[in-house]
Amino acid sequence: MTTGLLTPGRARFRLPRKQIPVLATLALLLVMYGIGVSQYTAFSNVQVIFNVFIDNGFLLVVAIGMTFVILTGGIDLSVGSVVAMTAMVSAWLLQEGLPAALVLVIALLIGPTLGLLMGCAIHFFDIQPFIVTLAGMFFARGMCTFISGSSIPITDGFWTRMSQERIGDPRGNFVSISVLIAFVVVAVAAYTLAYTRLGRNVYAIGGNPQSALLMGLPVGRTRIAVYTISGLCSAIGGILLSFYTLSGAPLIAVGMELDVIAAVVIGGTVLTGGAGYVFGTVLGVLVLGVIQTLITFDGSLNSWWTKIVIGGLLFAFILLQRLIGIRYK
Amino acid sequence: MNATMSRYRTMTGHRLFWPAAVLFVMLAANTIYRPGFLSIELKDGHLYGSPIDILRLSAPLILVALGMTLVISTGGIDLSVGSVCAISGAIACMYISKQSDQNSLVVVLTALAMALGVALVLGAWNGVLVAVIGIQPIIATLILMVAGRGLAQLITQGQIITINSEPFRAIGLGHLLTLPLAIFIALAAALLVAAFTRRTALGMIVESVGGNAEASRLAGIRSGRVIFLAYVLSAACAAIAGFMMTANVSSADGNAVGLWVELDAILAVVIGGTSLAGGRFFLSGTIIGALIIQTLTTTVYAMDISPQTSLLFKAVVVIAVCLIQAPAFRARFSRRRRNAPPPATIADKPKEQVPA
Repeated sequence: MTTGLLTPGRARFRLPRKQIPVLATLALLLVMYGIGVSQYTAFSNVQVIFNVFIDNGFLLVVAIGMTFVILTGGIDLSVGSVVAMTAMVSAWLLQEGLPAALVLVIALLIGPTLGLLMGCAIHFFDIQPFIVTLAGMFFARGMCTFISGSSIPITDGFWTRMSQERIGDPRGNFVSISVLIAFVVVAVAAYTLAYTRLGRNVYAIGGNPQSALLMGLPVGRTRIAVYTISGLCSAIGGILLSFYTLSGAPLIAVGMELDVIAAVVIGGTVLTGGAGYVFGTVLGVLVLGVIQTLITFDGSLNSWWTKIVIGGLLFAFILLQRLIGIRYK
Repeated sequence: MNATMSRYRTMTGHRLFWPAAVLFVMLAANTIYRPGFLSIELKDGHLYGSPIDILRLSAPLILVALGMTLVISTGGIDLSVGSVCAISGAIACMYISKQSDQNSLVVVLTALAMALGVALVLGAWNGVLVAVIGIQPIIATLILMVAGRGLAQLITQGQIITINSEPFRAIGLGHLLTLPLAIFIALAAALLVAAFTRRTALGMIVESVGGNAEASRLAGIRSGRVIFLAYVLSAACAAIAGFMMTANVSSADGNAVGLWVELDAILAVVIGGTSLAGGRFFLSGTIIGALIIQTLTTTVYAMDISPQTSLLFKAVVVIAVCLIQAPAFRARFSRRRRNAPPPATIADKPKEQVPA
């Protein structure tokens, strides 16, 4: 969050150490999957993995956007509300009888616009990202209930087709279209971060904004861009969620920003910015998904254990990041 | 010298002036909309009326925001207060519900002491993470924010624990000298914190740690200990607020108690003029901030708008207050007005931009 401080004598991180959090996440994921397979016979079914993707596709997309923001050292608390607002707006517009294509365009424009505005407020007026996106969160959530106090069902043909279409092999394993969309977003984001100028700028600003500025990098433009990207990802996530639930509800995705931040952190992205990968975030989302699946498979555990386990994992990974000495304030 | 001093005074006056003005405008708007808004009547020896309600309902928020003010002034943030509210409320209610005589004062006091003790441990956990291990505050407290909700539900076993205890209920709904007891508790906490921070050097030490923890440490202040204490105090305040919230409804719901109170508290602190970057704090501003938020909520209820929609108004208030307080925005604004920024703004600017 505090991107403006030059700390002298900060150790340069060494390259192999950089990968440790991601590798730890991967190991954790494999161990958890192993436990699942050894405990429950049905767990080894491929469909279980596919279901994790189907249930968490929207979370994955939103987490990708959050990765960009966190890489620059910022934070975006508005994502959950923007997801809900996008789903709500599309449900409402479809109910009003607008054509599906137009609704898609409008719904996909709202998120980035809000993100752009928040980015501008953060950059031009030098207000903390935390408080600006908090306002964005209130705004989007307020808009949801402003549109309707209760859930709006979606009956549009395009939406139901997207929701029910199954892509799979002859043995009956399948994924939904949402999963494919999520994969496309992951691929585009991974390419952007690794091979484009924007991606380099994101890492540079997260590493040290002052240096980035002195190097002549477009700090302001990049910072605004990441919040816009996060807004866009939230909007896509909202659309995917509306495919998944076929409705828009004002109180859906409450507290989702925490899951998203947890996924990004568990995926090895450092919260002060500058280090992390899209791949790590994918793993982080999978870890959350597998925890939920494990708890569902074990009928005796209650849903609140999910929260406790996620909290414990957050602690473990932050401690790990700290111990291996990745630059942390 | 004298001129800068007086200008400085007008600046500090300014900081409380805007929040107070907002509060005044809100109350005025309410009175215009509903002429009976400000009327208070005496019934059965207790005062009733909208202003009293606002005071009573804002008491938990004031408490949480007090602790939050100190944490923020050390350059940190405490996201876990909502969960601490839920946990302490759950523990107190759980203990009371298990006893045969729920109205016994001893039982209630034991329950409160137990819950407060657990809250102190949780605060110490946050403090250790931030001050000893050195994790970023926002993420260190995020852990407890996520896990704490789960813990609260674990304590109540996912049920809503209902109790029937008169002494416990009094924390939220009781009266003292015709006024709600909750106000006095919040007021006492505020005075206590104010006395400790503003009558001793503690406040200045907290501010110096928030300004630059490393420099303060080199100057001989135990920065780590100060930061640790701030988190413990924040958790203690949150616990008392949790008692009030559960006492208000005589039941503990691990999911709902203190939900989003951390955001409201941060909002109250920011509205009150405390900089999120740390280094200075205004307790009186925080209290006014908490009153503003509660007034906003009550107004929205009174106008028959859905409570969730009040978030829209909150968003507008947050952005407006933050813009007014943002040095960059002020500089722009004043430059447009009279070409050169006034010296006071310049003197004020570096202070605001010191990051935590």
